[in-house]
Amino acid sequence: MSRGVAVHWRLIPQRYNLVGTECKNCGEKFFPLRQLCPNCRRSGDVREVKYSGEGEIYSYTIVHTPSEGFEFMKPYVIGVIKLVEGPFITAQIVDCKPEDLEIGKKVELVFRKVIADGSNGIIRYGYKFKLKE
Amino acid sequence: MKMDVGIVGYGVYIPRYRIKTEEIAKVWGDDAGSIKNSLLIYEKTVPALDEDTATIAVESARNAVQHARINPKEIGSIYVGSESHPYVVKPTSTIVAAAIDAVPDMTAADYEFACKAGTAAIQTTMGLVKSGMIKYGMAVGADTSQGKPGDALEYTASAGGAAYIIGKDNLIARILDTYSYTTDTPDFWRREGQEFPSHGARFTGQPAYFKHVIEAAKEIMKRNNLKPEDFDYAVFHQPNGKFPLKAAEILGIEKKRLETGLLTPYIGNTYSGSTMLGLARILDDAVSGDRVLAVSYGSGAGSDAFIIEVTKENEKRRNSKPLKAYMDRKEYVEYSTYAKFKGKIKGVKLEKP
Ligand SMILES: [Zn+2]
Repeated sequence: MSRGVAVHWRLIPQRYNLVGTECKNCGEKFFPLRQLCPNCRRSGDVREVKYSGEGEIYSYTIVHTPSEGFEFMKPYVIGVIKLVEGPFITAQIVDCKPEDLEIGKKVELVFRKVIADGSNGIIRYGYKFKLKE
Repeated sequence: MKMDVGIVGYGVYIPRYRIKTEEIAKVWGDDAGSIKNSLLIYEKTVPALDEDTATIAVESARNAVQHARINPKEIGSIYVGSESHPYVVKPTSTIVAAAIDAVPDMTAADYEFACKAGTAAIQTTMGLVKSGMIKYGMAVGADTSQGKPGDALEYTASAGGAAYIIGKDNLIARILDTYSYTTDTPDFWRREGQEFPSHGARFTGQPAYFKHVIEAAKEIMKRNNLKPEDFDYAVFHQPNGKFPLKAAEILGIEKKRLETGLLTPYIGNTYSGSTMLGLARILDDAVSGDRVLAVSYGSGAGSDAFIIEVTKENEKRRNSKPLKAYMDRKEYVEYSTYAKFKGKIKGVKLEKP
């Protein structure tokens, strides 16, 4: 069994559907999810929330020297996305050329293959973003 | 007692990238003009390196849920038809179920029947809905099909998918009848462990595609006392642009009724997505009272025929992500990039060592 399968499985709601948390006490929203609100600590009231997947580019960078396994994706774009609900999320922006990108441009959630664990392992799917048309 | 069953919502997805017939012909020394003429194919979709049948199925499923405006937890079944499921053992349907958050109170399975697995999923879902076992069910047809480099199939084999939510209320279209014509015909196959499919060359036309599509269409019209001119639209499985036109001609269906749903010339043969995408393209335009004849075909072999009648609801609740929008947004790639995206270059994978 390939390593990390259990971790991936536990993170499926987060990786497929952008499930994070929000604190009902102070209103702060978190992604990835936090079990404890850093503002309110013990008086916090943290609940699960599913983000819409709509957002805009806050910042981005072009990766020319990828880590192992991602060599054939290069060059690819990693963006910091500001979700309409507030939290920031770092993710790949696909189906675009570097010159199409601009800070502030609207993006939306897509479901893509992230990586496979070798030829015998699981295929990890998850969130990426594309420019909204 | 007659009870309505039909389409509550649908969603489509095709990848952004395209390759032109000329670009493929150039590599193999074929004459692009004669290929375009004989197959009626101008360009086809190409999935990106991080797209596969599961991601295409999920995108179309999410669009369908959005269009249907239902709570995904009310979906009681998901069946995904494909001949390119990413895993041999491990269902695509559970990935779709999790990605639309329909889990866990539901059933799911993957279907296989060449290019008609998706329409077979619609039929199963109709049965579950009609019997009252479920409120809503989802049927998906999606593929990222492969043609052997240099084979005629390479000009057409493409990627795309469509998802349909079947139910009893708020129907955008009623499914009035379905009929299947099935035989054991070895016209196209791929053995376990083989990368590319094999086909019976000329054998694929007459006794396979035409026989099944035409018999299914004839019988469903006959048993409903309908004639070709009673349909506003028709859509058939589209292995290339020519076959469905010829089938329509044999059946006496006017060419103009076929044109809206004839997509293969521009997006290629999306296999399990083919008939279902053609139908979606028709539903994007159709108005209340329009009648559609849809006939899929799967090698092996069989055809599923449907008579569909569009309701007023379809005009009130137009799909906000129509197929035309996906067809218009495109970026052409060269053969080398296509070969890389499709994993035709040895060792090219999105994979940890
Ligand atoms: Zn708080």
